[in-house]
Amino acid sequence: MRNSGWIITLAAGALFTLVLSGLGQDALFRIHMGIITVALGLAAVVVMRRPDEARIPAGVVEADKAGYFDAPIRAGSILTVFWGVVGMLVGVVIALQLAWPDLNFGPYLNFGRLRPLHTSAVVFAFGGTALITTSFYVVQRTSRARLINDNLARFVFWGYQLFILMAATGYVLGSTQGREYAEPEWYTDIWLTIVWVAYLVLFMGTIIKRKEPHIYVANWFYLAFIVTIALLHVVNNLAFPASLLGSKSYSLFSGVQDALTQWWYGHNAVGFFLTAGFLGMMYYYLPKQAERPVYSYRLSIIHFWALIFLYIWAGPHHLHYTALPDWAQTLGATFSVMLWMPSWGGMINGLMTLSGAWDKLRTDPVMRFLVSSVAFYGMSTFEGPMMSIKAVNSLSHYTDWTIGHVHSGALGWVAFVSFGALYYLVPKLWGRKELYSLRLVGVHFWVATIGIVLYITSMWISGIMQGLMWRAYDTLGFLQYSFIETVEAMHPYYVIRALGGLLFVVGSLIMVYNIYKTIKGDVAEEALTPATSGAR
Amino acid sequence: MSIFKQHKVFETNVFFLAVGILLCIIVGGLVEVVPLFSIESTIEKVQGVRPYSPLELAGRNIYIREGCYNCHSQMIRPFKDEVERYGHYSLAAESMYDHPFQWGSKRTGPDLARVGGKFTNEWQVRHLINPRDVVPGSIMPGYPHLKRSLDYGDIEAHLKALSVVGVPYTAEQITNAKKDMAEQVLSEAPDAAIAKRYPKARMGSAMGTDKVTEMDALVAYLQILGTMVDFTKVNPEAIRR
Repeated sequence: MRNSGWIITLAAGALFTLVLSGLGQDALFRIHMGIITVALGLAAVVVMRRPDEARIPAGVVEADKAGYFDAPIRAGSILTVFWGVVGMLVGVVIALQLAWPDLNFGPYLNFGRLRPLHTSAVVFAFGGTALITTSFYVVQRTSRARLINDNLARFVFWGYQLFILMAATGYVLGSTQGREYAEPEWYTDIWLTIVWVAYLVLFMGTIIKRKEPHIYVANWFYLAFIVTIALLHVVNNLAFPASLLGSKSYSLFSGVQDALTQWWYGHNAVGFFLTAGFLGMMYYYLPKQAERPVYSYRLSIIHFWALIFLYIWAGPHHLHYTALPDWAQTLGATFSVMLWMPSWGGMINGLMTLSGAWDKLRTDPVMRFLVSSVAFYGMSTFEGPMMSIKAVNSLSHYTDWTIGHVHSGALGWVAFVSFGALYYLVPKLWGRKELYSLRLVGVHFWVATIGIVLYITSMWISGIMQGLMWRAYDTLGFLQYSFIETVEAMHPYYVIRALGGLLFVVGSLIMVYNIYKTIKGDVAEEALTPATSGAR
Repeated sequence: MSIFKQHKVFETNVFFLAVGILLCIIVGGLVEVVPLFSIESTIEKVQGVRPYSPLELAGRNIYIREGCYNCHSQMIRPFKDEVERYGHYSLAAESMYDHPFQWGSKRTGPDLARVGGKFTNEWQVRHLINPRDVVPGSIMPGYPHLKRSLDYGDIEAHLKALSVVGVPYTAEQITNAKKDMAEQVLSEAPDAAIAKRYPKARMGSAMGTDKVTEMDALVAYLQILGTMVDFTKVNPEAIRR
C-alpha cells in the first residue's frame, strides 16, 4: 500500500494517545488525549484513501515539473486561508461578547477561553502556517534546491497542524498555562519543540544544499525567526507537571522573574514570529510582484542585524510601573525606542523597492496589499516605540489602545502581506496563468482596509478615553468615575470594533472565493478597467 | 566598502549565520533576565506572604483555566488614582509564590490584586453566577458551572510539584493537603491546624452547602488576594527600591 509508513505512524500515534487518554489523571487530560486520538485516526484514514497520482490535476503536474516539493505548500496555502478565517471569526465573536455579554455561552465558549483561541488562531495557526508555507516556497526558489527530505517536510507541516489542533482544543476545554500567547500546556509544548527542531533541520539543510552562492536576504529573516522562536518557546515554557499523565503544570519561575520571562517571550513572539518571519515574506514576494530588485542590499544588512539585536531587549515595556525593578523597565523602554530605526529600515527597503514601479499600485491590486502592509508596518513600528515611553504607557497600558496597536500590526501588516503572498502563490502552485479575478482582489483590499480603519480608530478612542477616565478627579478631589462607568462608556466603540472586524472577515471570504475559483482554473470575464488592465 | 564585504561570511555559510543570530539575540535576554535572580532588592522583604492553601491553589487554577487573566490585572501601579481605587501598589514579594504570575496586561474589568475582603463571599458567588445581578453594567461572562463539585483527589501532587519549583510547602502541609482542602470549606469552627498552616485563609462554605465546589475554591482564592501583607506594619523605606 502507498504511504504505508505514514499510515502506521499515524495509527501508532493514535494508539499511543488512546493509552494516554485511558491512563490520564484528570478528566481534562483524558478528553484532550481522546480528541487527539480521533484526529490522528482520521488522518490515518485520509492518508489511506488519498487519490492516486493519476488524479492529480494537469496544472499541478505542470507546476511540479520544476522539481520543488510543493505539496505541503499547496496544503499550506489553503490552510493559511482556513485558519485566517477561523481566527478572525473567533475574533469577531469575542468582540461581540464584549459589546453584548449575553453572547457568552459558558463554560466552553466564554470570553476567557475564546480570547486565547482567537490570539493563537491568528498568530500561530494563520501566521504560523503562512510562515511555514512561504518559507518552504522561498527557501527552495532562492536556493534552487528541493527541500532536503519530503517526509521531513510533511512531518514539519502536519506536525505543526497537530500542534494547532492540540492548542485550540485545549483552550476551549480549559487546558492553559495562563501565559499570554504561550497558553498551551506542557505536553503540547513538548510536541511543538520536536516539530520546531525538525523545521530548523529542514530549513538549514535545504540552504546547505543550495545551488546559489549566497543565502538570499529573505532566508536570513526566516532563519532568525526559526532560531529565536525555538529559544523563546523552550525557556518561557519551562514548567514542572503535577503528573506526567495530567494536564496541569507549574512554571519554573514565579512572580517578577516569571513576568519578565513571559514578556521577553511575548514581545519577541511579536518581534520574531510576527515581524522577522513576515519580513522574510516581504523580502521575497514584494520584489517578485514588483519585478524590481530589493532597494538596498546594505540597508538589508544593517537593519537585519540591528533589528534582531534590539528586539530581544524590548520585553520589559509590557511591565512599566509594575513590580519589575525600574532599571529593567528603563532598559526595555530605551531599546524599544531605538527599535524604531531598524524597523523603518525595513519599511524603507520595502517601499523603495517600488522605485520606478509605483504605477503598479494603480494597476495591480495584489501590489496594493503588499505595499499597504509595509506602510502599516511602518505605522505600527512608530506607534509601538511611542507607547513604550513610560509616560505614554502609563496612560495606554491596560487599555484598548494596546489592542488597537496590535491589530494595526496584525491586520495591516501580517495579514496584508500574507494575502499578497497568497495571491501571488496560488496561481503558480496550481499551474494557473492568473488569478480568477483581480477585481475581487481590489474589492477585498478596500473592504479589509475600511475594516482596519474602523478597528484601530475605535480602539484608539476607547483606549485613550478609558485611560483618561480612570485617572480623572472631580473638583472635590475624588475619583470622578467608578470602574463600571468606564466599562459602560466603551460600548459604542466595542460595537464599531466588531463591525470593523466583521468587514475584515468579509474581505477574507472574498479571497476564499477568489482562490477557490483560481484553483478550479476559472478566469472571470472582466472589463479591462484602468484598475485591472495593467497587470493582465 | 570593506565592512559589507565581510558580510559574505554570513551570507555564504548558514552555520555562521545561525550562530551570528544566536549571539545577537542572547545578549538582551541575558542582561535583562539573569540579574533578576541575583539582585537581592528585586523582591522586597515583607512579612506575611505565604504559599496558597490547597483550596486557594485549586481556586487559582480555576482562575487560570477560565482565562480571568485575559481581562483582569493583578498589578496595581504606583499612581495616585490606582492606589485610591485599588489599594497599596503591588509588591514583587506578593507574587513570589505565583507559578505562573498573573499580573495580566488588560483591564477590561478592574484590577484584582487587592480584591480580597472587599466583598462578601455571598456577593462573590452571586457575581460569578451572573455578574449583572449585582453590577448591571457588567460585561463579564457568568460562571454558573462553578457550582459543580471540585475534583481534588490529586491535590497533593500539585503541592509537591510546586515545592519542586521552589514554593516552600512543608511536609506537613503536603500530607494534610486533602484534609485542609475540605476543612477550609466545611469546618464550622475555624480549625487551629489549618489556621496555623495558612494564616488569614477564609474559612467556611461560599455556597452554603456541605460539599467542596469549584466556586468555594475560586472565592477562597479571590478573598486572599492582596491581603497577606499587612501594610500598616510595613516600613515604606523597607520596600523602596
